[in-house]
Amino acid sequence: MNDIASSSFVRRDLLAERPAPVKTTGFVGLMRTRLFNSPTNILLTVLGALLLWFTIVPSVRFLMVDAVWSGKDRAACLTENVGFAVGACWPYIQAKLPQLIYGFYPEAERWRVNLTFVLAVVLLVPLLVPRLPAKGLNASLFFVAFPVVAFFLLHGGGIKGFGLSWTAGLLELFDDSIIGAGQALLDLSKTSAVGPLLWVVGNFVVLIGTAIHWLILPLTWLRDQIQAAGQSVWADFAVTAVIVSLIAFGLGGGLRTGWRALASSIVAFVAIAAVIKLMGLDSGGLPVVATNLWGGLLVTLVVSVTGIVTSLPIGIALALGRRSTIPLIRIFSIAFIEFWRGVPLITVLFFATYMLPLFLPGNFTVDGLVRALIGIALFTGAYQAENVRGGLAAIQRGQGEAAAALGLSWWKTTSLIVLPQALRHVIPNLVNSFISLFKDTSLVSIVALFDLLGSLRASFSDPKWSTPSTAFTGFAFAGIIYFIFCFGMSRYSLFVEHRLNAHRRN
Amino acid sequence: MSDPIVKISGLNKWYGDFHVLRDIDLDVRKGERIVICGPSGSGKSTLIRCINALEEFQEGEIVVDGIELGPNLKHVDAVRREVGMVFQSFNLFPHLTVLDNCTLAPIWVRNIPKKDAEAAAMKFLERVKIPHQANKFPGQMSGGQQQRVAIARALTMNPKVMLFDEPTSALDPEMVKEVLDTMVDLAEEGMTMLVVTHEMGFAREVANRVVFMDAGQIIEANTPNEFFAAPQHARTKLFLSQILR
Ligand SMILES: Nc1ncnc2c1ncn2[C@@H]1O[C@H](COP(=O)(O)OP(=O)(O)OP(=O)(O)O)[C@@H](O)[C@H]1O
Ligand SMILES: [Mg+2]
Repeated sequence: MNDIASSSFVRRDLLAERPAPVKTTGFVGLMRTRLFNSPTNILLTVLGALLLWFTIVPSVRFLMVDAVWSGKDRAACLTENVGFAVGACWPYIQAKLPQLIYGFYPEAERWRVNLTFVLAVVLLVPLLVPRLPAKGLNASLFFVAFPVVAFFLLHGGGIKGFGLSWTAGLLELFDDSIIGAGQALLDLSKTSAVGPLLWVVGNFVVLIGTAIHWLILPLTWLRDQIQAAGQSVWADFAVTAVIVSLIAFGLGGGLRTGWRALASSIVAFVAIAAVIKLMGLDSGGLPVVATNLWGGLLVTLVVSVTGIVTSLPIGIALALGRRSTIPLIRIFSIAFIEFWRGVPLITVLFFATYMLPLFLPGNFTVDGLVRALIGIALFTGAYQAENVRGGLAAIQRGQGEAAAALGLSWWKTTSLIVLPQALRHVIPNLVNSFISLFKDTSLVSIVALFDLLGSLRASFSDPKWSTPSTAFTGFAFAGIIYFIFCFGMSRYSLFVEHRLNAHRRN
Repeated sequence: MSDPIVKISGLNKWYGDFHVLRDIDLDVRKGERIVICGPSGSGKSTLIRCINALEEFQEGEIVVDGIELGPNLKHVDAVRREVGMVFQSFNLFPHLTVLDNCTLAPIWVRNIPKKDAEAAAMKFLERVKIPHQANKFPGQMSGGQQQRVAIARALTMNPKVMLFDEPTSALDPEMVKEVLDTMVDLAEEGMTMLVVTHEMGFAREVANRVVFMDAGQIIEANTPNEFFAAPQHARTKLFLSQILR
């Protein structure tokens, strides 16, 4: 009865119109559901709004609304002249921009800096875009060829020899220091209590040194012949090219499979020859610009890029060394890491700049910028070592065992299985260190190198532009530049992390 | 029959003061399938890990296909090239695709060109019945599929001997079968296999010999029929009564 009645239905009263339910989308919805839905959230929203009001609004006022955009000297940026409280004084930045970018790099030579920047961008951007091909070639151009070219572009100067004479020179230096050490021991043996022992050891060392001297004699003799013959660079280049190509051919597998290695070696040497010729390195090269004239963004970028590129391999080597089973390597790595981590960067820079020259032998000098570079690379390398070690610790033992069971050697296991996974785990930490390195480069201004911040502070003292807002404008500008670079690195690392960890998503 | 392809003689191993392997003597002939069982901690894993030098040992000698592996582990690389291993926890390389997992060793150890290595790897993936998953990452597959990839990966090196360390213990029951089927196929093709497992059905069906270990020693070794029907040693009887309930 009931069932049958409910199956037929006729509407008796029409429904009245109702208002729409609470909106949950769009801006109004967001306000209702997220920002003002509870007393705590109302409080937080108000606090947040106040925070924005007191930070964003004054910044915009300072940087844009109250800013002065054009002028020739300080007069343009003085409140009494313009009639309102002046914010940023942009014409000052405009006037000082060359100094902020190049430092005291001679004006006529600044095209060299620009060319280096262009080369860096042209080589770096394709390296960063995963879709583009030829990563191997691109990487070797950026990491091997570019630094050399950049050195001769920025610093200038030419070369007097090539591979052969460099090798011979290095071996000779090494040999001389061995013989020198032996002689020192012999001298010491005359006065020391353990004289006979020192005498034996000293003679032994001298003997080794002499043996090495005879061993490398063919090399030094060849070098002297080439140097005497004139055209030393090209003769040396030819000899080096032949020797290296033959070695590549042999290592590549000789007559059977060595042809590829031979071809790439020849191509590489042709490219090197082209660069030498193009930059006139055989005839003195570009005029030398000493590094104490470099400054501004140039120094900041040179220091940070060198630091970033060299600290990672140093860090990887130290991290692997710290986990090594060979006690000597492990102890060295631990001592090295702990030393550099225990010392502030400022101390490192001071030591490298003012103390190191006192320890080095008399005629042996290292350029001030290079000293700072080495100090920073080793310092950051120690930090990166600990980052990398964290990644290594996260790799299960089974990974190495599986690779070993397949017959992979330690080196191949490490480079193909362990490191690729370990580095992926620690990308955020690595980039974190890169970012802090980038900002820490400003510390080099303490050791008389004028990086971006150093150049900026130097420009404050120019009476032509001294106004109440000069310093604020300068620091705001430097802050923006640093932020752009650091934020760029941070975003790129997120992108890489996301891409490389594709295998962890299902 | 033919000469032993794996010959273990007088093998002794200590972890510090703890004597894990005691006077192990074991000959494995070509094509023979040996199942090793025993209670937890009896040294089964340690024994088969000694065969491909994942563990070092202090006394004795292991000869694999004529290559001698003494306590100084001199011919490690040569031995590992002849011996494939499958682990309980798969140990696939998570950052590489299935195909790359299978081509890595042929390319980097045997210097085989990439194209040939990939073609060969696909053949082995077909054999373990997962060719269409070649471009997936290990993390995207089931445990049973991962273990079959691990078997294929070991096979790409064309080993003469395959070691299995509890290959099915980390798997859900329905996946155990697919892995065991793969191993049975492999046995039927004549592969020499040393398998540590508690799958007694597999032992009955496939093994030529069952080796029972306890406290680092071989207690009893026999054909599966004899081993299950008439165990000799009291320890074996106890173990079987616990495991075959
Ligand atoms: N690295 C090590 N250091 C010290 N002792 C170890 C080590 N590895 C294993 N052992 C000990 O050696 C013994 C044998 O271990 P093994 O892993 O070979 O046992 P198993 O028979 O494989 O056991 P399970 O069935 O649980 O896998 C165990 O008692 C274990 O505690
Ligand atoms: Mg085990």
